[in-house]
Amino acid sequence: MTAAADERVVRPGLARRLLVRPELGAVVGLVAVFAFFGAQSPVFRSPDGVANWLDPAATLGIMAVAVALLMIGGEFDLSAGVLTGTSGLVVVTLSTRYGFDVWAAMAAGLVVALAVGFANGIVVTRTRLPSFVVTLGTFLMLQGINLGATKAITGTVQVGGLRRAPGYEQASAVLAGTVEIGGTSFRVAILWWVLVTAAATWVLMRTRAGNWIFAVGGDERAARAMGVPAARVKIALFMTTAAAAWLVGTTLALRYTSVQANVGIGQEFIYIVAAVIGGCLLTGGYGSAIGASVGAVIFGMADKGIVFLGWDADWFKFFLGAMLLLATLANRLVRRYAEEVRR
Amino acid sequence: MILQTRGIGKSFGSVVALRDVSMGVAAGEVTCVLGDNGAGKSTLIKILSGVHAHDAGAYLVDGAEVRFSSPREALDRGVATVYQDLAMIPLMSVWRNFFLGSEPRRRLAFDVARARRVAREELRAMGIDIRDVDQPVGTLSGGERQSVAIARAVYFGARVLILDEPTSALGVKQAGVVLRYIARARDRGLGVVLITHNPHHAYPLGDRFLLLNRGTSLGEYGKSDITKEELTGLMAGGAELDELSHELRRP
Repeated sequence: MTAAADERVVRPGLARRLLVRPELGAVVGLVAVFAFFGAQSPVFRSPDGVANWLDPAATLGIMAVAVALLMIGGEFDLSAGVLTGTSGLVVVTLSTRYGFDVWAAMAAGLVVALAVGFANGIVVTRTRLPSFVVTLGTFLMLQGINLGATKAITGTVQVGGLRRAPGYEQASAVLAGTVEIGGTSFRVAILWWVLVTAAATWVLMRTRAGNWIFAVGGDERAARAMGVPAARVKIALFMTTAAAAWLVGTTLALRYTSVQANVGIGQEFIYIVAAVIGGCLLTGGYGSAIGASVGAVIFGMADKGIVFLGWDADWFKFFLGAMLLLATLANRLVRRYAEEVRR
Repeated sequence: MILQTRGIGKSFGSVVALRDVSMGVAAGEVTCVLGDNGAGKSTLIKILSGVHAHDAGAYLVDGAEVRFSSPREALDRGVATVYQDLAMIPLMSVWRNFFLGSEPRRRLAFDVARARRVAREELRAMGIDIRDVDQPVGTLSGGERQSVAIARAVYFGARVLILDEPTSALGVKQAGVVLRYIARARDRGLGVVLITHNPHHAYPLGDRFLLLNRGTSLGEYGKSDITKEELTGLMAGGAELDELSHELRRP
């Protein structure tokens, strides 16, 4: 409807519509954080600095985007962080101890990750237990498997030596390589992150699956009543998160050529925090993939910016908490506006 | 008659929820179903909408006997039900809700441009004055939401609309708005079954009135056969009301 067609759109329209964009808070935060670190550290705003903080943003961003989709669909996944470790361990173990080609080991890792995601989804949709509890169980079990299996196979808490495995060079170039742009080398992971964000945004905004994701997170009962296959949507979302964990876990394994058995623990909360900063409601039904990516950039900036300023890295945790609190408060305002009823 | 029941009945175990009810609705007409709580109104609409199958009598659509085993089947025959809770997602925009579960596609994608345009056109054709189809449904008033749900059912091919207490949660003004849209749907040639316990809403709109009490029919009346006062009296259970006013009188 054009503005001329209804005079009431004009007055509250623009400000409120801007306010109701899920990404708005994250973009404001992005500008503020960049200004803060950029003003004090010339390195931070140089191309090398940008490449430096975009790298952690990329691996975190891939996860945050997948977790954001899942949260919009009304569920959590606490096992996503540990699953990056599981995927990496599978890839490295199979290709260094069992003679797998790296590509074949990656395929096996993907199958394992998707199976975990499917299991999460099936248990949550069948039992109707809160996904918080179900995936907390998965989290602990995977943590145990990661350590137990690694110790049993290698006698230590890490597996390494991926560099000597067949197919390592090509796989590494695709996932863990770098690209020169104007004399600065950027990690290839940044490209994957952009692709994942673009694909997720397209699915969310421009496909029926996207409509269904918003619907099952907003009101599952109503969505079912309108013929939305809610269980299938949720299982697919858990599997998407698992696939993202595989992508990130494999990327990190190829980059470092070894994997610690305790890798990824604690990361699941950072994914959720990034998604929340990006405008996702903890209650589901609302949020954005781009917002989650912006949230990840904020974390990348803070993570590296604190180092550039020569501060103790522990301050990052404080920053994490403060951002989460601010973002949740801002999101609550949005929800209140969107749900207010005028009778 | 698009839709008709003949001596229809339904029991749940030993409880007879509905017995020997005959009613009908024709295209372009409104049949009001009136009754107090527990009168069997909801059992009747659940049979009509395909949630429950009847176990006595006959249910006819277009003159042919039917037995629906799901709401989907009823919908395929053009019998659509708009429940009180409307099945809408408050945080989603009007157009996303309008097409939820039946999104138009262009190749792989959800044809968003078409969804927006059709939602806007359909709402306008029903005379529904929505400021902006991009606004979340949660920001609409109760009456507006009800109207969007009606427009959605009409667009998706409903020939008979079953409306479950569409005005019960609304204020006087909003109720008027919804009643106007129901009249609009009727004028477009739909048959409407309006369930209500408010004779003031039912009488001006209805062509036919079915009165239910304790699971049985007190009769189906044409508009010329009954006055609003008689209708209200029957609704309130005439004698019971007299007794109540006697009891409530100051000693």
